[in-house]
Amino acid sequence: MEYKELLLNKLNEFKEGVVLEFTDFRDDASITLAPENLIPVCTFLKNDPDLEFLICKDVTAIDWAARKNRFTAVYHIYSFKLSSFLRIKVNLSGNDPSVDSVTSVWKGADWYERETYDMYGIIFKGHPDLRRMYMPEAFEYYPLRKEFPVMGIPGSIPLPSKD
Amino acid sequence: MGLEAKLQTDGFLTTTIDALVGWARKNSVWPMPMGISCCAIEMMSAVDPKYDMSRFGSEVFRFTPRQCDLMIVAGTVTYKMSHVVRKIYDQMPDPKWVIAMGACTSSGGMYRSYSVVQGIDQFLPVDVYTAGCPPRPENLLNALIQIQDKIGKSKARDYQNLDRRNLVLSNN
Repeated sequence: MEYKELLLNKLNEFKEGVVLEFTDFRDDASITLAPENLIPVCTFLKNDPDLEFLICKDVTAIDWAARKNRFTAVYHIYSFKLSSFLRIKVNLSGNDPSVDSVTSVWKGADWYERETYDMYGIIFKGHPDLRRMYMPEAFEYYPLRKEFPVMGIPGSIPLPSKD
Repeated sequence: MGLEAKLQTDGFLTTTIDALVGWARKNSVWPMPMGISCCAIEMMSAVDPKYDMSRFGSEVFRFTPRQCDLMIVAGTVTYKMSHVVRKIYDQMPDPKWVIAMGACTSSGGMYRSYSVVQGIDQFLPVDVYTAGCPPRPENLLNALIQIQDKIGKSKARDYQNLDRRNLVLSNN
């Protein structure tokens, strides 16, 4: 059986209707979940003996600017057993979005979530150390949001004095 | 060479302190390799046997700022890194010079972005800017020669009354 069918059957078995949307573009499977289902489904995907998605490869986000649910958090996970990737998307509402941290499932997601927080301002609830990753600690903006100008906000990051 | 001839005939020569000190300084410029990104690779190859920076007396790259008088800033300087660069520059004893190597360092280069300082002259006194992305080793050597010209023309007493120099000396 192809792993995508297996995956969908397994997920439906786990909880009826948990997958809000499934796309399979160029052999690139991707599922959309409701925010409250994220942690249970991730735990299931990692621990199920037929799936074993052991690695969280990347966490990032999308800012859709004008859409109603403005942000989408995106997780890329990998299974050695199936030799396959899976993308998980979670749509988030509001200008100060938050979602449960997956560090309780994959410890390696720690810095990915910090980076996503730094760039998009998404709060990962339950994250052990949610600090900025790239920008200075005192920085007040989120650079990859659509309203942030490419050249930044003048004077927002201090420079050393010239003499 | 003229010097050896002098030694064989007269046994002495007359010059000025400025000329002597300038000549000594410009032929022993010790660089501080502030290699932050890809320009540093070209900076390294400027020291290798093919380009051989030691022809100009500058092969002694020191990894402590206390022993340097030329800072080669080779690479993209981000806002976060700018404080580190300035701190290292401040630790170098006077007199000191700065080469802004490459497009990123001189003007931000292709990184026209919120995170990159658009030219290190916003927080450092730059003596020579070098074009290129990255500049070829010859270009860096050219910058060094220009610095040497500048040092050769300077007077020893120009650096006499600098506060920071006294500070460094008293710390030793």
